Amino acid sequence: MTVTLTRIGGRRVRSAPPPWWRGRNALGWLYAAPTALIVGVLFVAPLVLVGWMSLNRWPLLGQARFNAPANYAKIADNTLFVDSVLFTLKYTVIITVLLSVFALGLALLVQERRPGVGFFRTAFFLPGSVGLATAALLFYGMLNNDFGPIDPILRALGITDEPVKWIGTPDMALFSTIALVLWRFAGFNMLILLTGLQAIPVEVYEAARSDGANRWQIFTRITMPLLRPTIALMLILSITGSLLAFDQFFIFTNGGPDNSTVSMVMVIYRDAFFRFDLGGAAAGSVVLLAGLVALNVVQMRVLRKRER
Amino acid sequence: MRYYTTMSALAVLFLFPLVWSGWSSLREPGDYVEMARFGEGVGTYLTNSLLVSVMTVTGTLAVSALGGYAFARFDFPGKNLLFLTTLAILMVPYATILLPLYVLLGYIGLQNSLVGLSLVFVMFQLPFALFMMRNAFEAIPRELEEAALVDGCGTFRALTRILLHAVRPGLVTVGLFAFLASWNDFFAPLILLNDGASFTLPVAVVSMTQNTFGAIDYGMLQAGVMVMAVPCLILFIILQRHYVRGFMSGALRG
Repeated sequence: MTVTLTRIGGRRVRSAPPPWWRGRNALGWLYAAPTALIVGVLFVAPLVLVGWMSLNRWPLLGQARFNAPANYAKIADNTLFVDSVLFTLKYTVIITVLLSVFALGLALLVQERRPGVGFFRTAFFLPGSVGLATAALLFYGMLNNDFGPIDPILRALGITDEPVKWIGTPDMALFSTIALVLWRFAGFNMLILLTGLQAIPVEVYEAARSDGANRWQIFTRITMPLLRPTIALMLILSITGSLLAFDQFFIFTNGGPDNSTVSMVMVIYRDAFFRFDLGGAAAGSVVLLAGLVALNVVQMRVLRKRER
Repeated sequence: MRYYTTMSALAVLFLFPLVWSGWSSLREPGDYVEMARFGEGVGTYLTNSLLVSVMTVTGTLAVSALGGYAFARFDFPGKNLLFLTTLAILMVPYATILLPLYVLLGYIGLQNSLVGLSLVFVMFQLPFALFMMRNAFEAIPRELEEAALVDGCGTFRALTRILLHAVRPGLVTVGLFAFLASWNDFFAPLILLNDGASFTLPVAVVSMTQNTFGAIDYGMLQAGVMVMAVPCLILFIILQRHYVRGFMSGALRG
């Protein structure tokens, strides 16, 4: 690189030039322009629009009219929405606990390199490569009493002797959906945890072993504390994903029986496209957004505290 | 030995549904014929899905490669704001953003359009893709680019001739994630497409469970499941390493 000589206060001073990658504002903007355009038009503008929609009577067809805060006041009276909040929270807690335990177990099982472990990792993850909608349709057929294989298998094993109501009662519908979601997402969460496990240096384990720590001590004193940030990431993804659950209930249980498995996003969808009330749906989704942002802030606070 | 027994049992548990679905879709070969004739014909839905996936992958790669280069190598006003806004996409519920998008795409004449749907997918992919590509460009030694610039290349020629080759693994990962997301997504096309002829596969196959009066043809349904699942399974098995890199990068952390 050349070195320029500049005059400062009459004396010649050697100063390094600005690095060549600096000071090219216009060019930088040009390369970032497509990103800015997409984010501006398809993210920021809709975000503003949804706020505005929530303040209007906004039918699917026809003129919008300002009516704030009627859409928000209506939410508390919407028993379906209130029920869906409770149901979604219940679902989120169950899924998050089961998924974490299950995924951690799988990750520990495939952690070490031994023959065949690559095959098992792939096998556990494969369901995660198909879409959630695809998985829901697969289970829809698999758990059908006449067409599916599960009922005959259970009967052959003598576990039941009558058709199982897989989605026929509220509890069973929830149970079956949980089985579906565990099958689809266990490998995904396993992979997240596995990256965390493999980031722990082997020397740490060796040191612990030479100090005479047993397997359980190594797990509780070394693996778990060092894995904490990864577990936190998995929890955040699982909680957020479950709070926004839609496909599994819309496709697999269709909210039934008796609206017992209606998630929050399903109510928003119904308000918008079955009751043609986009304003009400917008208010619901703004509330959902606020809840999620609040949750994220709390989670980050908790994580920061732990890291200290 | 007990280890391998447990592992095999678990593997059976995970693989059984996929194997069963494949087997039951083939039990009566007529199921695939039935499915091919369903609605607008499976050819239409397959074409729509392919178009959307190709547009989404191309769009995501183009936008995130240019954007990643900008964020890794340039300083410009508003840089941090733009990056944080892009990452904020991860924080906003799908439904919250799709509802106004349905209205907004109507304003700009992209309602019920595969192009509009693909643009929306590109937007949803951007936080992950931009993060991946920025890291990929940052990992390239500056000397490589410097040499090209000294030889008289413009930054754009340096990008297309040299840097893109160096970030190819990142591009494969981003492309794979974009394909899987756009091919499999159900909610966005459900909201943004309203004409049967423009449905993508997931929306069309789900309608097999809803539109048929009387009995649902389960064999046909599993044939539909296989058409959706097989490309993902094959791609994942071939590109597994690139998929795992997406997890390692920390890009999920957002």
